[in-house]
Amino acid sequence: MNGSPHLHLPVSVRLVMFKVLAALVPGIAVYVWFFGAAILVQIALASAAALAAEAALLRLRGKPVALFLTDGSALVTAWLIALTFPPIAPWWLTVTATLFAIVVAKHLYGGLGQNPFNPAMVAFCVSIVAFPALMTQWPAVGFTDFSAQMAVVFKSQSAQDAVTMATPLDALRTQLHVPEARATVAGILGSHASFGNIGGKGWEWIALAYLAGGLWLLQQRIITWHVPAAFLVTLALIAGGFSLGEPDRFAGPVFHIVTGGAMLGAFFILTDPVSGATTPRGKLIFAAGAALLTWIIRSFGAYPDGMAFAVLLMNLCVPLIDMNTQPPVFGRKAQQREKPHD
Amino acid sequence: MLATLFKFRGGIKPDAHKDESTRTPIAAAPLPARLVVPLRQNAGSAPLALVGPGQKVLKGERIGAPEGNFSAAVHAPTSGTVLAVEPRMLPHPSALSAPCVVIESDGEERWIERTPVDYAAESPDALRDRLRDAGIVGLGGATFPSHIKLQPGAAGRIGTLVINGAECEPWITCDDMLMRERAAGIVRGIGILRHIVSAERVLVGIEDNKPQAIAALRAAAAQAHGIEVVPVPTRYPAGGEKQLIRVLTGIEIPYGRLGTEFGVQCFNVGTAYATHRAIELGEPLVSRIVTLAGNVARPGNWEVPIGTPIDALLELAAPQAGTDRYIMGGPMMGFTLPRTDLPVTKAANCILAASPALFPPQGPEMPCIRCGACTHACPAELQPHELYWFARAKNFGKAQEYHIFDCIECGCCAYVCPSNIRLVDYYRFAKTSMRALEREKAAADAARERFEFRNVRSEREAKEKAERLAAKTAAARQAMAGGGQPAGTTPSVPAAPTTTAEAAAPLPQLDEAKRALIAAAIERARAQKEAVQPKNIDNLAPEKRAEIREIEARRAQVRELAKTPPEEPV
Repeated sequence: MNGSPHLHLPVSVRLVMFKVLAALVPGIAVYVWFFGAAILVQIALASAAALAAEAALLRLRGKPVALFLTDGSALVTAWLIALTFPPIAPWWLTVTATLFAIVVAKHLYGGLGQNPFNPAMVAFCVSIVAFPALMTQWPAVGFTDFSAQMAVVFKSQSAQDAVTMATPLDALRTQLHVPEARATVAGILGSHASFGNIGGKGWEWIALAYLAGGLWLLQQRIITWHVPAAFLVTLALIAGGFSLGEPDRFAGPVFHIVTGGAMLGAFFILTDPVSGATTPRGKLIFAAGAALLTWIIRSFGAYPDGMAFAVLLMNLCVPLIDMNTQPPVFGRKAQQREKPHD
Repeated sequence: MLATLFKFRGGIKPDAHKDESTRTPIAAAPLPARLVVPLRQNAGSAPLALVGPGQKVLKGERIGAPEGNFSAAVHAPTSGTVLAVEPRMLPHPSALSAPCVVIESDGEERWIERTPVDYAAESPDALRDRLRDAGIVGLGGATFPSHIKLQPGAAGRIGTLVINGAECEPWITCDDMLMRERAAGIVRGIGILRHIVSAERVLVGIEDNKPQAIAALRAAAAQAHGIEVVPVPTRYPAGGEKQLIRVLTGIEIPYGRLGTEFGVQCFNVGTAYATHRAIELGEPLVSRIVTLAGNVARPGNWEVPIGTPIDALLELAAPQAGTDRYIMGGPMMGFTLPRTDLPVTKAANCILAASPALFPPQGPEMPCIRCGACTHACPAELQPHELYWFARAKNFGKAQEYHIFDCIECGCCAYVCPSNIRLVDYYRFAKTSMRALEREKAAADAARERFEFRNVRSEREAKEKAERLAAKTAAARQAMAGGGQPAGTTPSVPAAPTTTAEAAAPLPQLDEAKRALIAAAIERARAQKEAVQPKNIDNLAPEKRAEIREIEARRAQVRELAKTPPEEPV
C-alpha cells in the first residue's frame, strides 16, 4: 500500500530511546562522583546481558534482529536496572535480573511495545523478593575505591559493615517499625553523618541530576508533564500531610522526593509509554496512584523502597484507567461531557 | 471588527515548499487534442450523459445532467466532437473506472451562448439551480456540490460564511496564486455566495505564510462590505474545513453534522471564483488551476481544461530524473496516481512529481510504543494509537466507539509516528471494511425481508391451491358419482392425503387438473427464484439502470402471461 501521507518526520523509536539514555547521563555522572565507578560496571553488565538476551529472543521469535537490537529499548531497561540496583550488587544478580527482564517481562509478552509491566521494575521486584539481603546492600559513603568495589561485585567477597550500610529509607523503615526503639525520623536521619540532611548524602544531588535530565526530556517532548508532576506533587502532599501531623513517625516531603527511586521513577520509569497510561487524565491518575502506593509501601511496608511495587501495581490498572479517561474528541465535547459513557 | 482567533488542537508544521511554484504567474495550459471528461466529478450521484458519439459540442455545453439534487452538471471543456461515452480509468487511489465523455477538440474554443446574470436580482433558489447547472463543486478537493451547502439547514440561516484560502498542504499553491492574481473575482464570488445565504459575516482565512495573497485579497475586499481577511497561523491542517471554522469562529462541527446546522458554512476560494464566473460571466466550470511541483524543472500553476490528460500537463513542468511516482494532491493527503494518462478532474489541485530525494521512503514499521506523539498531533483529538490497535485487530465495534469515523485522514499521526506505522492506511482499511459490512448487512436485511415475504406468499398460495384443488376434486367426484354422492371433502381439508383407492381410480380429468397445477407451481417457483436473486445493478449508470428496469418489466409481463392460461381453463 502506498497511501498518504507521503511525508514523514525523521523520527524513530531508536531516537526516542537514545534521548532517554542521554537524559540519564547527568544522573549517572553524579552517581559516579558520590559512589564511585562501580555503577558504570553495573551498567555495562546489564547492557551486555540485555543485548545478548534481546538478540537471542529476537532470533528465536524470527524477528529482524538488527532492526530491533538497535532500537535502544533493551538498553533503557538495562540502564534502569543498573541504576535501581545497589552498585555493589554481585554481578550475577544484575545479569540474572536483566535476563529475566528481557526474556520474561518483555519478550514472553510479545517484545517491544507489548509488555504490560515495566521490565526494569519486574527485575527489581523479583530480585528484592529473591535476594533481599543483596538488594539492600548499599555502599557506605566514602566506599568509592574501585578495586574494593569490584571485589564485592565479582568475587562475592562478603560485604562488610565497613563498606555497606542501609539507605536512609531502609534505616527509617527498620527502626521506626520497632516501637520499643522509640526512634524518631529526625533522630534516625541525624544519627549517621552519611544520611545527610535531606535525602541521604549524595542522593539529593543524584535526584537533582535526574530532574535535569527529565526536564530535558520534557523539553524534547519525549515525555509530558503529567506523570512527573502528578507523581511528585502527590508524594509531596501525602508525605507533607502526615509528617506535619506526626513528624516523629513520618518523613517529610522533601526527603521522600529526593531519596530512593522517586525522582528516577517520576521522570524515567513511570513515563515508560508502553506500560503507562496514555490519556492526559489517565497519566495523572496513574502517577498519583503510584505516588500513593510508594508512600504507603515506604511507610508501612516490608520493603525499603516502594517505587518498583507501586509501578507494577499501577501498570496493572492501566487498561482500566485508559478506558475510563478517554478525552472528548473534536466537536463532541459538550455531548461527551453530558454522558461520558453511552 | 477584528476577529478573535481560536486554536485547534494538534497539527504539524512540515516544510511548506510554497516558493518553488509561485515564482511564475498562472499560465494557460495548451488545449489537448483529446479530452476525457469523467461524468462523475462531484460527491453524490453521477450525472447522466447527455451526448453520444459523433455529436458536436460547444465549449461550456452540458454533456452531463445532474442526477437528482445531490449532483452537479458536467460541461464540455472545449468545442469539438464526442468520440465516445465509455468507462475510463479515473485518477483515483483504487484506479476505478467510470463513464467518461471523450471529446476530440476542434481547436476553435467556440463557446455556447453565455448568459451572465445580475445575482442581486435573482432569488437564492434560482442561483442555487444555476450553480448546480454550471457544475460548481468544492474545488478544495472534496467536490461537494456547492448548491447543497448553500441550502438553509434545519437551524435556519447561515450567519457566517468562512472562505477557505488557508491552503495548508505543503507544495500546493493553486489557491495562493488564484488569490494573488484574481482576488477581485474571488471577492465577487464571495458576494454571490453571501447573497444566496444572506450571511452577515464573511471571514476569509489565509495561512500567514501567504502575505501576497492576504494583501491582494484585502485590497479587493476593501471595496466590498463586511468581508474580513484573517491571517491564520500556519499549521497543517489549518485548511481542513472543520479546523478553519474552529480557528475563525470557535465553532466545532462534529463528524456527520453540517456546518449549516451551526449557522456557518465554508467554501474554498477557488469555488468562490468559479461561482463568480458561473453567475456573472455565464461560464460553467470547465477549467481549474492546477499546481505542478515536486521534482520538476518548471514548477508552477496552470489553468487547465478539465479532462486534459495528466501526462500532457507533466510535459509543461518537465519532470526530472529520479521521479519515481506522481501524487495527485499534496504530500499529506494526496494519493499516488496509478497511471499518468488519466484526466484532470475538478478535484485535481496539484500534481506532484515525487522522488526518493524529496519524499524519502519510510523506515520499516516497528511496533507501537504508545508514545502518544500521534495523540498530540491529531487535530480531531482522537487517540490514534488506540484506533490503530482496534483497526489492526479488526475490532471495528471498538474502533467506532473510539470515533474512527471522526478521523479526517489528514495524516498528522503517521507523519509524527516514531515507529513508522502507516496509521492512516489502517484507518482507511477499518473504515472501508466497516462500510462494506454495513452494505452486507443492509443486503442481508433486504434478503431476509424478501424471504419472509416469500414464505408468507407461498403459504397463502399453497392454501389457495389446496382449496382450489379440493373444490375441483369434489366437483370431479360429484361428476363421476353422477351427483348422487355428497362431497367427500370440505374445501378446507388439504388435497394431499388422498386415499390410494382414490388415486388408483381412473380420474382423467383430475390428472389433467393436477398436471396443470404442478406446471403452474413450477413456473411460479421459477419466477420467485428469479425475483429473489440479488440485483447487482446498484453501481451502473442511470441509463443502464433504466434499460434494466424496462427489461424487467417485459419479463414480468411475460411471466404473467405464462402464468394465467393453465390456471383458467380447468
